[in-house]
Amino acid sequence: MGVKLDTVGPASAGPRGEGMDDDVLVASDHSVEIVSDSGEGAQKCGQIFGHVSARMGNGVWTVEIIPAEVEPPPRSIAGASGIRIRLGDQPVTNWGDETDLVVAFNEQVLLGRHRLNALKKGATILLENMWAAHPDDRIRGQWAAAMEELQEAGYRVIEVPMEDLCLTVVENARRGKNMFALGMLCRIFDRNVETTKDQIRKAFRKKAESVTVKNHALLDLGYSWAAENLDLRIQVPTMDMEADMVVMNGNEAIALGAVASGMELAAMYPITPATSVSHQLGDIFERFGGVVHQAEDEIAAAGVAIGASYSGRCAFTITSGPGLALKTEFLGLAVMTETPLVLVDVQRGGPSTGLPTKVEQSDLLAAVFGEPGDAPKIVMAPATIGECFHVMTTARRLAEVFRTVVLVLSDANLATGVAPFHRPEMVPEWQAGPPDQSPVPEGGRPYDWDPVTGLSDRFIPGRPGGMHTVTGLAHDEGSKVAYDSASNERASTMRSRKLAALSHALLPPEVRGPDHGDLLVVGWGSTRGAIEEAVDRARAEGLSVSSAHLTFLSPLQPGLKELFDGFGKVMTVEINYSDKPGDPFITEENRRRGQLCTLLRAATLVDVGCWTRVLGEPLRPGAILRAMTEALDGDEP
Amino acid sequence: MSTCALFQFAQEKDDRHFEMADYQGPVARWCSGCGDHSVLTAVQRILTEEQGKPESTVFVSGIGCSSRFPHYLKTYGFHGIHGRALPLSTGVKLGRPDLDVWVVMGDGDCVSIGAGHWIHAVRYNVDMVALMLDNNIYGLTKKQTSPTTPQGYGSNTQPRGSYLPAMNPLAATLGVTNASFVAQTAEWVPAHLLATLQAARAHKGFSWVRILQRCPHFTADIFGDAVKDPNQVELLDHPNGIQVPALDALFKHRISHDPGDLDRARELAQPVDRIRLGLFYHDPSRPRYEETRRLAHHSANDKIALLDQEFDRYAV
Repeated sequence: MGVKLDTVGPASAGPRGEGMDDDVLVASDHSVEIVSDSGEGAQKCGQIFGHVSARMGNGVWTVEIIPAEVEPPPRSIAGASGIRIRLGDQPVTNWGDETDLVVAFNEQVLLGRHRLNALKKGATILLENMWAAHPDDRIRGQWAAAMEELQEAGYRVIEVPMEDLCLTVVENARRGKNMFALGMLCRIFDRNVETTKDQIRKAFRKKAESVTVKNHALLDLGYSWAAENLDLRIQVPTMDMEADMVVMNGNEAIALGAVASGMELAAMYPITPATSVSHQLGDIFERFGGVVHQAEDEIAAAGVAIGASYSGRCAFTITSGPGLALKTEFLGLAVMTETPLVLVDVQRGGPSTGLPTKVEQSDLLAAVFGEPGDAPKIVMAPATIGECFHVMTTARRLAEVFRTVVLVLSDANLATGVAPFHRPEMVPEWQAGPPDQSPVPEGGRPYDWDPVTGLSDRFIPGRPGGMHTVTGLAHDEGSKVAYDSASNERASTMRSRKLAALSHALLPPEVRGPDHGDLLVVGWGSTRGAIEEAVDRARAEGLSVSSAHLTFLSPLQPGLKELFDGFGKVMTVEINYSDKPGDPFITEENRRRGQLCTLLRAATLVDVGCWTRVLGEPLRPGAILRAMTEALDGDEP
Repeated sequence: MSTCALFQFAQEKDDRHFEMADYQGPVARWCSGCGDHSVLTAVQRILTEEQGKPESTVFVSGIGCSSRFPHYLKTYGFHGIHGRALPLSTGVKLGRPDLDVWVVMGDGDCVSIGAGHWIHAVRYNVDMVALMLDNNIYGLTKKQTSPTTPQGYGSNTQPRGSYLPAMNPLAATLGVTNASFVAQTAEWVPAHLLATLQAARAHKGFSWVRILQRCPHFTADIFGDAVKDPNQVELLDHPNGIQVPALDALFKHRISHDPGDLDRARELAQPVDRIRLGLFYHDPSRPRYEETRRLAHHSANDKIALLDQEFDRYAV
């Protein structure tokens, strides 16, 4: 999707027919941010704006800007809380590059965004101006300094007396500015006011009716103020909506996907950014007969899920990086006992506590190789919010059929990103039946491995004739402890063979662009939208670039070597750390590369390069495009 | 047909009779003289007396000598990892309240590496029998100090004697909110062991039983005197407690204790010269976590209809 921003003649009529003389910017792609201190409702404003825009037929991607603290000090540069909404005349698959238009409730959080290079040069800023005349000298000083820095950066800053205006409707303007801002945005983007009011009602359905009434009044106020005082009107053309769409974030999609997949128990311990999955499940799961078990710790959460799965129920556990580390020993036990388990890891920045609210893809190697001893597991990664829903059904089925751990790697980008996707059709067959309680046939063995595939039937407690003890110790087909060489070699082979059998059933990755050319970019997980947008832009510029995106990381999808051989260069693009060529001491041999890159080099013996960043934010397509150009120009990526 | 109905169906037509051999697995590979043998025998006797269905009985264990327990039974078993038997058993019982769940742990399992789970399992009060086979030492790894090793007692990790006073698992368990069954018995008093396990199995809730036992290799002397001299043992005695008339003649020291009295139980759990055996605390009215989580069954089609309603909330 190209970025074009044209000025055209008089606008088509707005809902009130006002402002007919304003110039209207027509944009195929436009990003808006609302930034504030925590607790001022910027995210609620952005969510409603995004939802209304989706209902009107725009492509939409929203992503929250979340500080690590619940309530960081007000007016702090590092404490910006907010949301970016990217609108398009086509489906939007990622958060884009920089922001075109900002509504800011104070100049300090705005500076925070500016200094992160989040704002486009020349961006328009609608800024609360109560701070200019604040009684506190220090605050007035901060304002003056900030204004100077912002003017120098070349933004168009429009001061808006939000506080004074909101006080005409509510007593505490901190609790109202977000709806005023929504009103301004509705006017600027010509959003349908009735649709917006309907969405406000839905968003505040758990609050008193008076809250909705006040919020409607604030919306009207913002709308009319903007109509009278702003010359700014932007039109992002809409699409015809042919299919039923739903809009939600990736964690909500995982929660609903878990229910649709037939899961019966979710065991978890609170951890950011995974926790909101259990908030969603906590709200709805009981109605489906499901249980959310908040365990005493991450380890116990894994243990309870494995215990429930052993008993014949469909269970999963959900965590983020530090929790994955704690669950490691239990994952080994599930692999060894061949107990099905789905683990969702919503990745954040690491290592250790790292960047709790920010995105990274640094858990891949831990996911694939994390357990001491050889513990083959299935690892897969959804790339879109829609896939967050569907991955749960695939993961549950694979865990059961292959009697192993399926690790699902989502991340903070998908967890907080909101975008529409096709409303899924539920299939009753996805739901779990009651545990198999049929008698085990005479002579049946609990690990009666098929010698070709390594697969075997599971004897669930309650099945007469199937009594046996599963164990984390080395064991034979009868689950008898077996320390002898032949048994250990055989059992290790059978556990590993299951992955090979699965890989045989997988398809090679789809390629965006031709299957041969100068450069192939390979990605995994949430970066798909940004990578493919960058590839489309590159191809529009005449570059010979394609991309492939992997859903399965363990086992890898087949056909990779053959695919790579069709390109002059292959590089991965990932949100994890890699040494930069040319940095002190870095050589071809000691260079630590991106995590997928490392896997692909080992699997294919192709000299795969990488371009990776750990900026604590999703990748920007413009940055990927520059990296691809540099790679093609010969600079080692 | 719902899961529950299936079980009921199976129950109604079941006219099998189980002998003790129906619960006995391969010969146990514990050392001769190990207390684990007595516990295994007691458990097999109880299963036989109660005619527990082998396929509906699950023994979950951690790691250590005692955690080999499930391998020597002909029921279902889950030999897990060190210290984590309780999360596994909690998952089993949450998933399948119809199963008869037992947990076998050592002292290292229960009150050292798995201490966090122990405290929380007591509070969850999920219906199962949890046995802590306490020989005051790490045996399988060859004599390392455990939290219950007596102060001054030498081991390979603390050869000049354990540095600190031993942990008091009874007092700690009695300190946890929602404790519902707390008992102590000893492997060298088989009749008391059997009666205690019977009471534990009869209790609906988390029955926590500490079984004092000797390790013939590494701590034979710790309870050695008590084994020879019944005067070093004091039995808690009450009609609501564990009563073993056969032991009346042997054990002269008895103390009357109503297991409904928590304050008194906590006093009695404090260390004295004699080893106290009996039911310290019993409250059958405590809420059970798996009961609060037992939810209605829905058909697949019902769930799809509910999901569709849920998706309506997100419809564009």
